[in-house]
Amino acid sequence: MFRKKDLLGLKDMTAEDITDILDRTVSMKEAFVGGRQLDRLSGKCVATLFYENSTRTRNSFETAARVLGARTMSISVATSSVQKGESLIDTGKTLDALRTDAIVIRHSMAGAPDLLAANVRASVINAGDGMNEHPTQSLLDLFTMREKFGTIKGLKVVLVGDVKHSRVARSNIWALSKLGAEAVVVAPYTLLPRGVEELGCEVSTDIEEAMIGANVVMGLRIQRERQKAGLFPSLAEYNAEFGITADRLYGICENALVMHPGPVNRGVELSGDVADSPNSAINEQVTNGVAVRMAVMDMLIGGR
Amino acid sequence: MGSILIKNGTVTDTSESIADVYIENGRIARVGDCSDVRADTVIDASGKYVMPGLVDMHCHLREPGFEHKETIAGGALSAVKGGFTSIACMPNTDPVIDNPALVHYVITRGEEAGYARVYPIACITKGMKGEELTEMATLKKAGAVAFSDDGRPVSDSGVMRNALEYAKTFNLLITDHTEEKSVSGDGVVNEGVNATIAGLRGINRAAEEIGIARDIVLAESLGAKVHIAHVSTAGGVELIREAKERNVKVTCETCPHYFSATDEEILSYNTNAKINPPLREQSDCEAIIDGIRDGTIDVIATDHAPHSAGEKNREFDLAPFGTVGFETALSLAYTYLVDPGNIDMPKLVKLMSHNPAKLLGLPVVYVKPGAMADLVIFDPAREWTVKADALSGKGRNCLYDGWMLKGKVMHTIVGGMLKC
Repeated sequence: MFRKKDLLGLKDMTAEDITDILDRTVSMKEAFVGGRQLDRLSGKCVATLFYENSTRTRNSFETAARVLGARTMSISVATSSVQKGESLIDTGKTLDALRTDAIVIRHSMAGAPDLLAANVRASVINAGDGMNEHPTQSLLDLFTMREKFGTIKGLKVVLVGDVKHSRVARSNIWALSKLGAEAVVVAPYTLLPRGVEELGCEVSTDIEEAMIGANVVMGLRIQRERQKAGLFPSLAEYNAEFGITADRLYGICENALVMHPGPVNRGVELSGDVADSPNSAINEQVTNGVAVRMAVMDMLIGGR
Repeated sequence: MGSILIKNGTVTDTSESIADVYIENGRIARVGDCSDVRADTVIDASGKYVMPGLVDMHCHLREPGFEHKETIAGGALSAVKGGFTSIACMPNTDPVIDNPALVHYVITRGEEAGYARVYPIACITKGMKGEELTEMATLKKAGAVAFSDDGRPVSDSGVMRNALEYAKTFNLLITDHTEEKSVSGDGVVNEGVNATIAGLRGINRAAEEIGIARDIVLAESLGAKVHIAHVSTAGGVELIREAKERNVKVTCETCPHYFSATDEEILSYNTNAKINPPLREQSDCEAIIDGIRDGTIDVIATDHAPHSAGEKNREFDLAPFGTVGFETALSLAYTYLVDPGNIDMPKLVKLMSHNPAKLLGLPVVYVKPGAMADLVIFDPAREWTVKADALSGKGRNCLYDGWMLKGKVMHTIVGGMLKC
């Protein structure tokens, strides 16, 4: 069974470990959706340490911790000693001294969770680090796909958007290739990271060709700063060339599941009607996010 | 000053032969059979190379201003431990070295330390701002051996044109850290698959090569000379090779980390592998070695860049660029260049002693009677594991911590004095 100190990313994880977590998520989801309070983490303390704002992800982790019976502690950069120049390692040691069992970290810099994990006793859960990984987002995506299709193996999953800056894309590429799915990333070359095909995916610049035979079409968030940085000329042109529109969806792969890590820029990555369509799993993803984070926390610090 | 007799070593400069070397009054007195000589100190150098002291034309000693990273004394000590008898330090201190008083300060601190000979490199532009030229002729007279805005390269091509042309008047050497900042941006590692795997921002090789190309074009059109610092890419080597074929007065250096390490080192977020220019790929290492073999690359310099432990033990993006290099340079060159048969020892002497000395206008040491006794004794058979904590000097930010290397510096002699 998956049992490590930390969850830092999926790139170094085995298919068996990933499947283990997904299997454990099933009962967690039943409990969460059924409104049951568990005591797997009773007496434990989970801290969320967010160097980037993300209400959604933080709420998801804190909800998961509380359903399992843990105390939660929330440290935001804007209101903590981090603002006074405290280093990541010192902040981590302070949390250790507060008897924290798990630290959920979100950071704008790749590798920050690895640095923290190497310097604290507590389990570290990566809630997104720079352009590197967002493992629990990928796990919830995989769980959502598995619920819909029964298996991951053999699925064709198309990821469209800012692949270059996307940790969600990287975690999903690692996991999908390990689990035997076909991952295809689609973006203009300015939004594709160098050598990404070597991570175990195919690369396309033609969304309509890529969508042929797709089981899942996932939009990746486009940030306005990327347009200002000159990586593409306008949101309108992005949507025209790479948007997941109703015409494309129903014309090419009408049964495909539509996913997005949120928050959605309607009219940019997806059109509004696609986001609200029966194909969309976007809200289910949010529910599954809590369940998968429950499973991860239980496996890392439960019953110890 | 005591006399030193080095017995039975493999004396190496432009050729190799087994001989004794007798040192007296700071100079080499005799080379050959010295069995009749009595000396204060006798060193048995059987099976070891006795060669000219190494000359480093690119290092950072951090003083004044960054003494928490390193001092001139600490750096110069680390240098002699690595076999360097002369080192030229970059001016990106605080304040930057852009006036004669500061040049004197560096020289004085180096003399006080009494380890390797310390030679300051002065700024190309005042305040290293890339705008107005420093008083280069005056700085040269004060003791500056070259000019560089290393770390904050001159971005304005018009300013660089004036610098190269003005320097030509006085036959001064400009050594340029070539980097087009609008391309490198906020990158921290080589742009390639390993940057993608680690999720770190890449620096495209074009950033370095645009800078090299610009300097070559300027030097060619002005008939001026230019020295390219720390070449790291295959494309950079090729640009310089082609320029040399056209007789452009361009010279260049590389560093041990560009032929011995690749950007795979960054996959674990090891901040000691965060170096500028970044560690590249295996094909680049091979091209660098080809450039060393065919003479495109003139010099191996260290770019010794000490930082404090606290500065390096943090998020990769926040850690400063650089690795220390004095105490591993010769062993790395031996392990990766000489031992596999890429070059021979006389060629290594050229790359790490004679060529940099010539470029900086320093004495060129041959192991011959009458020569200045700046020597290193190097044991090629000795294998050792690098331990960052065992290095001299303050900076322990060593990319090579834990690496097994072949060949070790046994003794370094500066001006006839045994320094280690």
